Amino acid sequence: MYKPAAAVQPVGTGAAEAPVLPVDVRVTGLSKTFGEVPIFQEISFGLSRGEAVALVGANGTGKSTLLRCLMGLIPADAGKVDVLGTDVTTANSRALRAMRGQIGLVSQKHNLVPRLSVLSNVVQGLLGQQSGLRHWSQSFAPAASREAAMEALERVGLAHLAARRADRLSGGQSQRVAIARALVGQPKVLIADEPTASLDPAAGEDIMDLFFGLAKDEGVTVVFISHNITHALRYGDRVLGLAGGKMPLDARANSLSEADLRGLYD
Amino acid sequence: MTDLPNTPARIERPSAIAFLGYAAAVVILVWSFTGAGFSVEKVMSSPPRFADFLDRAFPPNLEPRTLERLSWKMLETLQIALAGAALGVVLSLPVALLAARGLIAGAWVNQIVRTILGFIRAVPDIAWALIFVVAVGLGPFAGMLAIMIDTVGFCGRFFADDMEAVDKGPAEALTATGARKLDVVACATVPAAMPAFVSTSLYATEKAVRSSTILGLVGAGGIGIELKVGFDLFDYPSAMTVIGMIAIVVIGIEQLSGWARTKIIGEQR
Repeated sequence: MYKPAAAVQPVGTGAAEAPVLPVDVRVTGLSKTFGEVPIFQEISFGLSRGEAVALVGANGTGKSTLLRCLMGLIPADAGKVDVLGTDVTTANSRALRAMRGQIGLVSQKHNLVPRLSVLSNVVQGLLGQQSGLRHWSQSFAPAASREAAMEALERVGLAHLAARRADRLSGGQSQRVAIARALVGQPKVLIADEPTASLDPAAGEDIMDLFFGLAKDEGVTVVFISHNITHALRYGDRVLGLAGGKMPLDARANSLSEADLRGLYD
Repeated sequence: MTDLPNTPARIERPSAIAFLGYAAAVVILVWSFTGAGFSVEKVMSSPPRFADFLDRAFPPNLEPRTLERLSWKMLETLQIALAGAALGVVLSLPVALLAARGLIAGAWVNQIVRTILGFIRAVPDIAWALIFVVAVGLGPFAGMLAIMIDTVGFCGRFFADDMEAVDKGPAEALTATGARKLDVVACATVPAAMPAFVSTSLYATEKAVRSSTILGLVGAGGIGIELKVGFDLFDYPSAMTVIGMIAIVVIGIEQLSGWARTKIIGEQR
């Protein structure tokens, strides 16, 4: 079982505590079981506005499941999840859609629609806010949506590839487009599930720099999963660690060493 | 050379249940051959009769007036096939959306629509042609409707299977943006299934062309009636011309379909 090192500074006990910010995500007593297998039990934490939080832990500890519970993509068994003022565990589908419209998701795999253009893929990132035929393709999209999508592509440095088919991009380019799709709706919370897992180390570094640069510029709350301990400490303001179905680690990144995090993988 | 422990046997002995299954399969096959009137004697005595038919059928009737008449009928056959297949493919998409599990309709709707599609496929196209001849009268329109319904039965099922089989990643990504189910299906599922749709539609067109050549046998338009008349009147040269034309058109359509499949779908499949 993971035991935090003595030097680890748990959140809420530090002398140089950050000013109190609004909480965008509040998880209370969350539990999830798949069949007979408990994934995690009674997890609680909060994410303050503008905070970047790394979620770490060994394979099978439920990191991706936890993020999917946050978005209401899979139901939790017990506990409460409040995201941007919406109680995800009790919300109806309309309220869930409205909440998701304020969140951006970047997954391990870019999950672009392969046969559509890069611009259409980014325009579709607005579907949560503006449902319907006009956002099915860039060809029908309103001028404002096309402009917003082109600006998002410009921010990830791929505006020149807007007309290219998504399945003709490299892995790094595809992940950049996925980031543009997540950002186009100007989300308040960004969720990233190992966004560099399918990339080589150099492309992975580029994507992380880009992702966190943009997130900081926008003042967006970020929660990201990473198996790269260096990334977790470099890009996270705070680190949450899952092990043994619990969350034994919730500490400021600057109070942690790589050895502290390796303990989660023992 | 030493025998390693636990090396699997080259041929495994079947279990008692498997053995009974094989024995039952052999019995069913023998029963089927008996029911089908299989006769080695008839097979052995058929070559002289077949040769006699070929002797009377060759050379095929290539008189200009016959060729012109048959060409118009062949053109009508193609029109029946293309119109019926096109309408059938278009109608198949909404039907498939209702039949595909986990997309826009609930499990009960999926099951009901799949059962109806199963019924449509169970009824042969020639039987549909007979039904539509009764409903709308003799002629190519009945044939077109028969092809249409046959295509819906075929494409509706396969379009639904294709949509169920696509990578769920893009759909989850759009769901996570807050998109509605219909938006997700239109933007992620349908585009991802499009290569399979194109392939299935082209195959349905080939199938429609083959089917439409015999619908004339029951008065549903097309060249089939010429084949029937040829055999009924022992005009085997004309019947052979019809068979030759059907073969040329069907093979041509298959080649064209293969070329179109490569052009449209490209290197993806």
